[in-house]
Amino acid sequence: MIWNPYYECMDVEHRTDLQVRRLRETVARLAVNVPWYREKFEATGLEPGDIQSLDDLRHLPFTTKADLRETYPFGLFAVPPEECVRIHASSGTTGKPVIAGYTREDINDVWAETIARTIACGGGTSHDVLHNAYGYGLFTGGLGLHYGGERMGCLVIPASGGNTERQLMLMEDLGSTILCCTPSYALTIVDTAEEMGIDPSRLQLTAGLFGAEPWSQGARESIEQKLGLSAHDIYGLTEVIGPGVSAECEAKAGLHVFDDHFVPEVIDPDSGEPLPPGETGELVFTCITKRAFPIIRFRTRDITRLTYEPCACGRTHPRMERITGRTDDMLIIRGVNVFPSQIEEELLKIEEIEPHYQLVLTREGRMNALEVQVEVSPAIFSDEVRKLEAVEERIRERLSSALGIRVAVKLVEPKTIERSIGKAKRVIDMREEA
Amino acid sequence: MTAGEVLCKQVSVFLENKSGRLAEVCQTLGRAEINIRALCIADTSDFGILRLIVDQPDEAVEVLQSAGFSVGSTGVLALRIPDRPGGLGEVLGLLQEESINVEYMYAFFITIAGDAVVLFKVDDAAVERTLAALERGSIPVLAACEVYKL
Repeated sequence: MIWNPYYECMDVEHRTDLQVRRLRETVARLAVNVPWYREKFEATGLEPGDIQSLDDLRHLPFTTKADLRETYPFGLFAVPPEECVRIHASSGTTGKPVIAGYTREDINDVWAETIARTIACGGGTSHDVLHNAYGYGLFTGGLGLHYGGERMGCLVIPASGGNTERQLMLMEDLGSTILCCTPSYALTIVDTAEEMGIDPSRLQLTAGLFGAEPWSQGARESIEQKLGLSAHDIYGLTEVIGPGVSAECEAKAGLHVFDDHFVPEVIDPDSGEPLPPGETGELVFTCITKRAFPIIRFRTRDITRLTYEPCACGRTHPRMERITGRTDDMLIIRGVNVFPSQIEEELLKIEEIEPHYQLVLTREGRMNALEVQVEVSPAIFSDEVRKLEAVEERIRERLSSALGIRVAVKLVEPKTIERSIGKAKRVIDMREEA
Repeated sequence: MTAGEVLCKQVSVFLENKSGRLAEVCQTLGRAEINIRALCIADTSDFGILRLIVDQPDEAVEVLQSAGFSVGSTGVLALRIPDRPGGLGEVLGLLQEESINVEYMYAFFITIAGDAVVLFKVDDAAVERTLAALERGSIPVLAACEVYKL
């Protein structure tokens, strides 16, 4: 089923007209309401009225994570914060998170709409029981899927994360048909079902909407086979809106970008020049319908390519290939974005800590886990075990509260972490393919 | 005797739980002609703390530091304890009466005139009270300079 055939199957020319009009309106509004954007636009000499085609996007300035830090918390809001009804947040590169604001229209007309399209991409209808195991809170996953599920008319189970055995019980007893969670959590559910002796055929799952982190084809096959469902990759980011930016339809030949709301570009990450369709580069998004926080040319750092070829499903949205990498060192742990620079900043706040640390990515069961190894300096060394354990605990608490995920901390001997000239090798990936 | 005379410098070393690290410490000390007189290891699943009494503690700290280890130096007391059933219990009883907490203890391999030599770590602030309690109980405490020569 296609949720909104009028927009999703619109002929490309018609949609381009719509996009240009919406882009022009958004730029005009930003030029009036957001001093930061006004200055950027003035520097390029661009008037909103000059925007005549999507090609004119290239004349607009980029917005980066660093710009979001500079304008924290409300500097890029196009409405006063009191006109918003919701805040979500995601990790910044250091210290302060990125704050995204939503008006009621943003949630109802944009987000719930594109999530309903996402659910329909996975085959969902109003008859489905949607088990939502994305985390509820500042993270966009939980509430994003929730409101879209209600919009569609699904029976939404707001399970949030954790307590997998209870989740399985609910899925079985309530007859859940669509599972929404990170792919790594789906694998955890598979393992737990096996441990509990639950035959997944007793579950009534038909589809899974998995996103917020990269996953492999192997993970997809494993989840589909074990849970007896059709696994769909969904994509989004807080800076743009959250989940609901793009989703895989039943053809599973790329993710349809809902570009009547979020216009994608692929650029050369070094020169910033737009690349032609089909070429691989950095994905950039411009929001053309949001009221509160319509970001212009946000550099996602995600690497992919776009195709504008028609899809077998009938949707005319362009498709992005599943994300193949990043242009920065961001890690994704349990769906949470983590930047090594955030960890460094926290460690340096603990005065006795050596600046020598290393991040080791491991697997804890099927989930990604992060171990932070810190060298023991003379200042923290003690001949008593409990004092060293207290140091570990202090680092662990500090990092866990700053990053929003649990990390393991391990003290290591001095000079054992490789020193390198220039950019230190901070991240060691010990994961094997799931 | 004063605290300064009796507190022996115990050398402690941070060790990750991985093979060969203990050997490396001992070999480093051996090359510097430093003799280990007593030792104990406290460990967790991740790391260990090696505690050593050696004949030249200052030199030991120096060579281990220059070999890249995290090294500390802690004051501990060496007590002569009658080598018979109940001997250690009596000494601990004396400390318990004074509410002195023993953070850890371990023994020398050798004896002096039939007495065992046991090392005690107490809170730095409790050293004077510990000495007083031991004196009342007639428990001999070794001077640090004697300990290094054992």
